[in-house]
Amino acid sequence: MTSIRMSGRGGAAPKLAPYAFVAPAVVLFLLVFALPIGYTVYLSLFRTEVKGLGLGKGSRTEVFVGLDNYWRALTDSELGAGALRVLGYGAILVPTMLGLALVFALLLDEERVRARGFSRIAIFLPYSIPVVIASLLWGFLYLPGTSPFNQLLRELSLPEVDVLSPTGIYFALANIAVWGGVGYNMMVLYTALRSIPRDLYEAARIDGCTPLQVAMRIKIPLLAPALVLTSLFSIIATLQVFAEPIALAPLTNSLSLTWTPLMKVYQDAFGRGDIYSAAATSVLIAFVMFVISFGLLRLTRSRAFGGER
Amino acid sequence: MSAVLVQDRAVTPTPRPPRVRSIVSALGALPTFVLLLGAVYCLFPVAWVLVAATKSSGELFSTSTLSLGSSLVANLGELATYRDGVFWQWMANSALYAGVGALLSAVVSGVTGYALAKYAFRGRALIFNALIAGVLVPAVVLAIPQYLLLSKVGLTDTYLSVLLPSVISPYGIYLARIYAAASVPEDVVEAARTDGASELRILTSIALPMMVPGLVTVFLFQFVSIWNNFMLPYIMLGDDKLFPVTMGLYTMLKQGNTTPALYTLVVTGALVSVLPLIALFLTLQRYWRIDLLSGAVKA
Repeated sequence: MTSIRMSGRGGAAPKLAPYAFVAPAVVLFLLVFALPIGYTVYLSLFRTEVKGLGLGKGSRTEVFVGLDNYWRALTDSELGAGALRVLGYGAILVPTMLGLALVFALLLDEERVRARGFSRIAIFLPYSIPVVIASLLWGFLYLPGTSPFNQLLRELSLPEVDVLSPTGIYFALANIAVWGGVGYNMMVLYTALRSIPRDLYEAARIDGCTPLQVAMRIKIPLLAPALVLTSLFSIIATLQVFAEPIALAPLTNSLSLTWTPLMKVYQDAFGRGDIYSAAATSVLIAFVMFVISFGLLRLTRSRAFGGER
Repeated sequence: MSAVLVQDRAVTPTPRPPRVRSIVSALGALPTFVLLLGAVYCLFPVAWVLVAATKSSGELFSTSTLSLGSSLVANLGELATYRDGVFWQWMANSALYAGVGALLSAVVSGVTGYALAKYAFRGRALIFNALIAGVLVPAVVLAIPQYLLLSKVGLTDTYLSVLLPSVISPYGIYLARIYAAASVPEDVVEAARTDGASELRILTSIALPMMVPGLVTVFLFQFVSIWNNFMLPYIMLGDDKLFPVTMGLYTMLKQGNTTPALYTLVVTGALVSVLPLIALFLTLQRYWRIDLLSGAVKA
């Protein structure tokens, strides 16, 4: 990069300054990221053994158990069920959110469409509302006693829908995440769209392409890298789902304390006091996220950038 | 051949019969309609909370959802006096966590981003990659051991336990680095160096001022993300005097199971708590620079 050339040429290239400047971030990173991660991996290899009645100091000792905690986590049926629930939730959430974000971004990019400024702000607005507050608001909109939707259905004498039922809850949770995330993803895709040279569309229009064809054949293929990036972030966020089910739980019996893997980690660590199992499960979740992230990024490189390089 | 045909069509459009024309114009309004539908969907819960906050606890469950109630003032008063005004304490805590955390985060990100963008030094790539990998680590993987480690030094259940982990932001450093590379010209830095300015002086009086718009963006993103963070305070804090407003409202919602009258307060509290965020969002709109992110997508 140019910066390397410039500072190399100066002769009196600053040696210590850059280290001093990055030092605060590096120290914080080590304290807040590296040390806790290392500690988690360490904990995941141990277990407490109780001697006698387990009373008094020294009656509990940490013993090394190797990968045993991992084996237990992998064969834990509740964890597996939680992972499946998150997959089901993600299967509803990610395509819906990105599909809507893509449609809205394409519409924002269309000159004939009216009220674009208003719609852009309105759709992006939920991004500024905390997930817990969003869950709480939607919770009241779902709750049969306060739901305007059920009120409408009652007035039309149609059967009421309980989205807080064990099946409905998937949609209820996914809807909260779609509501909060669609605007952000729309903005990412929209700004990517704005950077495509306009004369590409002009050429297509002269060739007789309809706006729909321009969108399908030019815009969407050029958006591929941005779409992969938004998918990646959405999938990571999906796997980390925690605040929505925790915040909705007081309103329904459909959400157990271990509904998602992260809720189980929390429950293991603070509910049951078994930090060792919690640590092993955390490491497994982190591993899955790394595999997905790198897999998707590799896929982007080969698919989206492969042709250009 | 087809090119000639197409061009011909473009120059002299065939006149359409009136009925087809009205269908076409109806279809022309469809995109606007779809976009407005999206806007309505996104504004609906906000509109609902505005209406619901005006209702007394009885009205919340009995009256038509979208008709205004009569007790907004009473609700606000009750919220303000709930447990000796703990709600305002929560709001102040949120402002403290998000304000101070985001400010420190913007400064740290700015300095780090500038160093990573403008200096060549051994370990630069390693430091950058390690910081960026931090984005991928799930919050809970960090929060639980952070809690355990902080409890060893007696720092859990303090303001610091929520503030400290919020200062470092891999995303902020990433944005600041892109922004520094784009907004601080090499020759200005080089000229200052030739004039004998120290590196610290170049940083504080040349580079950082040039990076201010980018740092405002970092501040905003970090402010919202700290204000929204639920897991960290949920794990770190036990004393409800230290709760941010999200945690406070959540605990009220939980108690609402046994005392439904609290639901009214939760709704009113939710409204009051999102107002500053919405105000911040609308007034500082031009700093929501998503293009920094998508710029990186293209690179």
